[in-house]
Amino acid sequence: MIEIKKLHKSYAMGQNTLHVLKGINFDVAEGEMVAIMGSSGSGKSTLLNILGMLDVADSGSYILDKNPIKNLDETKAAIYRNKFLGFVFQSFNLISYKTALENVMLPLYYQKVARKERQERAQKFLEQVGLGPWAAHHPNELSGGQKQRVAIARALVSEPKVLLADEPTGALDSKTSYELMDVLQNINDKGITLLIVTHEEDIANMCKRIVHLRDGVIVEDKKVKQVRASSYVE
Amino acid sequence: MWNRDRWQEMFYTLRKNKLRTTLSGFTVAMGIFIFVLLFGFGNGLKNSFEEFFLDDSTNTIWLRPGQTEKPYRGFKAKRRIIFKNDDLTDIQQNFPFFIQYITPRISRSDLVKRGKESNNYTVRGVAPGHQYAEKTIITNGRYINEADVKNKTKFATIGRLVEKDLFSNKSSLGHQIDVGGVSFKVVGVFKDEGGDNEERHIYIPYTTQQRLEKSNDRVDRIIVAFRPELGHAGALALEKKLNTFMRKKHNIAPNDRSGIYVRNVAADLKETQQFAGVLQLIVTFVGLGTLLAGIIGISNIMVFVVKERTKELGIRKAIGATPKSVVGMILHESVFITTIAGYAGLLAGVGTLALIGDSLEEFFIINPYISTGTAVAATITLILFGAIAGYIPARRAAKIKPIVALRDE
Repeated sequence: MIEIKKLHKSYAMGQNTLHVLKGINFDVAEGEMVAIMGSSGSGKSTLLNILGMLDVADSGSYILDKNPIKNLDETKAAIYRNKFLGFVFQSFNLISYKTALENVMLPLYYQKVARKERQERAQKFLEQVGLGPWAAHHPNELSGGQKQRVAIARALVSEPKVLLADEPTGALDSKTSYELMDVLQNINDKGITLLIVTHEEDIANMCKRIVHLRDGVIVEDKKVKQVRASSYVE
Repeated sequence: MWNRDRWQEMFYTLRKNKLRTTLSGFTVAMGIFIFVLLFGFGNGLKNSFEEFFLDDSTNTIWLRPGQTEKPYRGFKAKRRIIFKNDDLTDIQQNFPFFIQYITPRISRSDLVKRGKESNNYTVRGVAPGHQYAEKTIITNGRYINEADVKNKTKFATIGRLVEKDLFSNKSSLGHQIDVGGVSFKVVGVFKDEGGDNEERHIYIPYTTQQRLEKSNDRVDRIIVAFRPELGHAGALALEKKLNTFMRKKHNIAPNDRSGIYVRNVAADLKETQQFAGVLQLIVTFVGLGTLLAGIIGISNIMVFVVKERTKELGIRKAIGATPKSVVGMILHESVFITTIAGYAGLLAGVGTLALIGDSLEEFFIINPYISTGTAVAATITLILFGAIAGYIPARRAAKIKPIVALRDE
């Protein structure tokens, strides 16, 4: 599903350049659930942003579902993002003046899906994350965990191949975090590939594979026995 | 552009961001409103200016005798010049191709009585052509005519306010009035756009006036109307010729400044029109300034709007909005707001002008108006610049990487 080779990325910080990713080689097969771990500054978020085409690498190759991703202009990147990828951010990034349902509908708007169908599909996904009754609420009327579940529904509504989550539980308490991981595991069970950036050990252990990053290189890549979040959730 | 979803999305966004929508709409509406108002006032000023100067015919040359200040051809200085009836006929005979009509004017102030009512009015002895020179408008009856002049009749055409004073709004036609002790029959009533003073005049045949004054043949002044086809240059030439002719006839030195006074309304008109042109220029300048201020206002608002929405745009891009759709969305909104608000401002401005009407006459603003073309052009300009002002920051926002936009808190 994802193949990256010799990925490099550096940022200019005034006079100095900060070499963030120093040759990453990394494959993800379909249906995997991968945790990307590392201390802050290890380059894990940068890696995720490049995978999500929110940012571009300096060198190296990236193939997403057999499509080589290179020399993308913004328009093409937007189409790929819309077609292949779903995003979940630490800070939710919901549009505050839209209701939960409307937030979830938005990716479909950019796919030019008819309004009625948008509504139906968005409602379906909201129910899938357990927020059916909250469809008409605005983000400021929802708890952190609910907001993140709206964000997940929004990421899923366009039926992406890969879901990218940047510290999805970073702003949540542990109970809410486990509930969220339960949702994410259920999604993974349906065959969607998941990449989760986290620095929390217990969250990482709920994935099927853990990749450790340190100073821009992968230092460890291991399969783990998945801990089911449902065992923590009543 | 015309797909329904896009409109729905836009209306939704506008409705959900009322403050922003109101603010930018208000700026535009205000800009257009002030523009229309100022431009209208400018035009009103011009109107009153024209009314001041143009209530008389513009194709006339006025001749008035004076007192010589130089001796000439054996005549001493300080000689009083007097115009007589033969001056009228001489001018008519010497300049037949240039003259439309000619009329004398003998002005007197007389006590005028009718029953118990009495008042002092200016009584003018005139020929029929005087009606056109003063642009007198007959509302009832008739003006003094050739037969009156020939027969020295005791007929009078009186002003609207004279009738109002003496006849307390009843018709005066056919009734007698006492002018300076002589009974005259009212044959006509007139009004004059020149104002109330002009409507307190009484016109009688100049020959009658002369007969009452011991049958002399003197006239106070002569008004010569030239054919409009002469144009400005022709009028100036005629004025010069008339001047020379009269000086020769009355033995006035060619360089004597006070022997005879000649006023050419056509020349005055030219100056008036030049002044009006300057006024128009000022009005245009003020208008453009207002418009510029409006444009700057919208630009500011648009920059602010896009800045405020950077994060939202980042989110939209992360979930699949293309740069084109982002720019399109912002432009669509800004053009929509400016169009609606601009139209509202336009209507409000035109409405206000209509409401003001002539109520600001004492400030020399008469019938302020703005031509539809100017108003629409101004609105379109503002819409256009609103779009450009929205486009530049929108394009920049669309170019920002979503990750940068998302970091924007």
